[in-house]
Amino acid sequence: MAGLIARPPRGATHKSQRGSEETPLIKWSLITVALGFVGVFLVLPLVNVFYQALQNGIGFYINSIKEPDTFSAIQLTLLMTFIVVPMNVVFGITAAWAVAKFDFRGKAFLITLIDLPFAISPVVAGLMFVVWFGRQGFLGDWLDAHDLKIIFAVPGMVLVTMFVTSPFVARELIPLMQANGTEQEQAALTLGANGWQTFWHVTLPSSKWGLLYGIILCNARAMGEFGAVSIVSGAIAGQTETLPLRVDKLFHSATAAAGVAAFAVASLLVLLALLTLAIKSYLEWRTEHAEAVAQIESPKLNNSHEH
Amino acid sequence: MSIELKNVGKQFGGVAVVQNVNFSIRDGELVALLGPSGGGKTTVLRMIAGLEMPSSGDIFIQQRRVNDVSVRERNIGFVFQSYALFKTMTVFGNIAFGLKIKKWKKSDIEARVSELVELLELKGLEKRFPHQLSGGQRQRVAIARALASKPGVLLLDEPFGAVDAKIRQELREWLVRLHHDLNVTTLFVTHDQEEAMEVADRIVVIAKGTLEQIGTPREVYEQPANEFVARFIGVMNVLEAEVTTGVARVGEMEFPTTGVPDGSARIGFRPYAVQVSTDLSQYRYRAVLKHTFFLGIMLRIELELSSGLVIRARMTKEEYSQLGLDDGKEVSLQIRQYRVLASQNGPLSPEVGYAYQMPPTIAEGI
Amino acid sequence: MPGFRRTMGFTLFYLGVLVLLPIGGMLFRVFEMTWSDFWRLATTPRALAAYRLSFGASFLAAMINAVFGTLLAWVLVRYQFPGKKWVDALVDVPFALPTAVAGLTLANLFSPNGWLGHFLVPLGIKGAYTQLGVVLALVFVSLPFAVRTLQPVLEHMEREVEEAAATLGAGRLRTFATVIIPSLLPAILTGFALSFARALGEYGSVIFISSNMQYKTEIAPLLIVSLLEQFEYSAAMTIAVVLLVVSIVLLAAINLLERWASHFQR
Repeated sequence: MAGLIARPPRGATHKSQRGSEETPLIKWSLITVALGFVGVFLVLPLVNVFYQALQNGIGFYINSIKEPDTFSAIQLTLLMTFIVVPMNVVFGITAAWAVAKFDFRGKAFLITLIDLPFAISPVVAGLMFVVWFGRQGFLGDWLDAHDLKIIFAVPGMVLVTMFVTSPFVARELIPLMQANGTEQEQAALTLGANGWQTFWHVTLPSSKWGLLYGIILCNARAMGEFGAVSIVSGAIAGQTETLPLRVDKLFHSATAAAGVAAFAVASLLVLLALLTLAIKSYLEWRTEHAEAVAQIESPKLNNSHEH
Repeated sequence: MSIELKNVGKQFGGVAVVQNVNFSIRDGELVALLGPSGGGKTTVLRMIAGLEMPSSGDIFIQQRRVNDVSVRERNIGFVFQSYALFKTMTVFGNIAFGLKIKKWKKSDIEARVSELVELLELKGLEKRFPHQLSGGQRQRVAIARALASKPGVLLLDEPFGAVDAKIRQELREWLVRLHHDLNVTTLFVTHDQEEAMEVADRIVVIAKGTLEQIGTPREVYEQPANEFVARFIGVMNVLEAEVTTGVARVGEMEFPTTGVPDGSARIGFRPYAVQVSTDLSQYRYRAVLKHTFFLGIMLRIELELSSGLVIRARMTKEEYSQLGLDDGKEVSLQIRQYRVLASQNGPLSPEVGYAYQMPPTIAEGI
Repeated sequence: MPGFRRTMGFTLFYLGVLVLLPIGGMLFRVFEMTWSDFWRLATTPRALAAYRLSFGASFLAAMINAVFGTLLAWVLVRYQFPGKKWVDALVDVPFALPTAVAGLTLANLFSPNGWLGHFLVPLGIKGAYTQLGVVLALVFVSLPFAVRTLQPVLEHMEREVEEAAATLGAGRLRTFATVIIPSLLPAILTGFALSFARALGEYGSVIFISSNMQYKTEIAPLLIVSLLEQFEYSAAMTIAVVLLVVSIVLLAAINLLERWASHFQR
């Protein structure tokens, strides 16, 4: 008997889930396959960009980026983002407020409508703006007469980018604000706050991380949008060329040096993507951390049974 | 089938959740694992099922050591607290699941399912999905599923936790009847002492991962092994008293405590041990009735003595109205029966009392 | 609650100008055509070839993502392993990386002297400038949809349901096939549909890795661009409307799927 008890117990080191666990062999095979897939499909492409960009040395890399047309592409990309992101933040917040804090008929339809730009091909989106503002578009003659240029100019590029990125902020905020409910806002209102104060002091603080999350995603897409912008830009070097369009132009130039330069410009966009992911992960970590802390601090409900 | 635990312990990441638990359950018994939430009772149940591996000790089912037998081969039925029904399967599919795995013949499966559907009053619901059922119905499907392949042991984790109070009462009675009909060894976890008292043949009291007592409801109620059990099972008045020369005093109350050394001691007594009279000269102490709580056929009253001590007493509605009691009324009272509670987890001294009749039945007396 | 009129008014105005007017304008132009013109332009052999490639490659990509996305989500939710947080963050790379860059680097990787093409091309696997390349690019851009749709569902799945299957005698494989997969199916389908929708509209990454040859490696969005460059507005808009209708139908299907799935999650 003593021998039985003295025998070292199996599986005592960790919380065993004997009804719902795979054998270590299967578990590690699955992990290996998954990691292999991520390595080949997600890591390798990123590393490759830097490798190719630095093929001709660091000096060539810096020169490619300092090249005037590339530099103006950086400026234009930033300019567009500075216009597009704030517009969509304002839209996202107002749309989320209307959808999350009120009940009305056709709400599901409105949410679908907000989502719609995600489902539409960027190329189709670009074309829709050509239909309005292009030479033969509804407003083509009028724009011509007033010497206004929208298509093959910055305004058109801003418009299509706004279209493509409009759902990001709203989509992040709506579920968050719905989950937060309206009780806190109503409490603020009973305490005499007006609508704007309520929003500023109650709603915004409780959804700021979601908002930030939406902003960085919107920003990443605004800087990286290609299909829609390429249709309305005309890709005039130094004027209507954003970074992704610049990558395209360099890539399709015949020279090998331009090919390397394409990767150099692309590496800037990879850095942008990595920065986006870093901020995103930080935000997620923050939210999870806050939730974990809240759970520790609040007393467990099921312990309150008393008779 | 019989179950036996020998020196069973369980650690999660260095924390001992269950320590050195020993008990055995006879074939066909209906036993409650009772204790406060987070006390390790569910872990004990899961170890018996094979869903957790004991860190130490041995578990025997029908005299066979099952530590290394996988959950799939232990021949147990397990009813989860959340029911854990298969959401994508109908009631029929849920109940038949285990039978299909054991490769029963199709006609046998159909016969068995319809038998269980009959037994658990689920007729007409066979084609429904879990989300189309009420809480009580889901629970019965969970039990039917666990019983389908005729397990030797039925294990239930907080079986009445997730349903509302009225259905809970029905389900309790119904579990007793079911057990009576099937006579399968049944072990259920509960934190509700009333539920354990009413349903179980025997109660295993577990707190902080250790076994406090095992016995019939009457035993754990009348002869609690220690202060924890005494206070956990049922309501108890506990008074902090000062002992001098064999008498414990608190406020104006005095309790003879022969053999107890001088110093502080705690006196405990059940609410039913308080005798109340409107004849102010009948008993020794005077008190004012502060509050009356209506608990069905029983009432609980709070009595405040002139020194400010508050004592809880219990009586039936009839007694209450016969005595003409009401909030604010002055009464006299005495304690029929009390005991000195040990300061540590040591064994309790026997109850001391004046001569009196039997206390009310267990269920009423809680 | 104050502000309903103001916020709703602005929301509708913004959506109206930015989304509804453009869609309406294009539909209006297409309605000006006769049905037979529309049908003729929508079903030219070149257009049919483009649809075939677009739908076929998107379907394949979505299938591949349904499998690997499920695997990735499972591994990320159920297992602990070093570097898990990094892998989880990396899943979003295709969301954050401009598609032009994705196309650029994938084309390079799979070209005969690229890191992967170096090994694959001698084996006859040509990833760059082929239909296979189109599929590869689409797998890349739509992968996060499959993973991210499944992850929360897996996280909220009760472990007890699997334990219940085990107490009833089911082995792990059996539990996986009869209990886990059916309850994940709505989420897998939703992820599939989202991947498919995203892949169908993708343009940027594909034009880098595809040789963009008519009838062979020309996807539908690219066809629209080519027609536009040749000033074939009606033809471009016709194809665009076909794609638009498909995306709206897909969006509606995804919403229905999610509603259906929520029944079983209660």
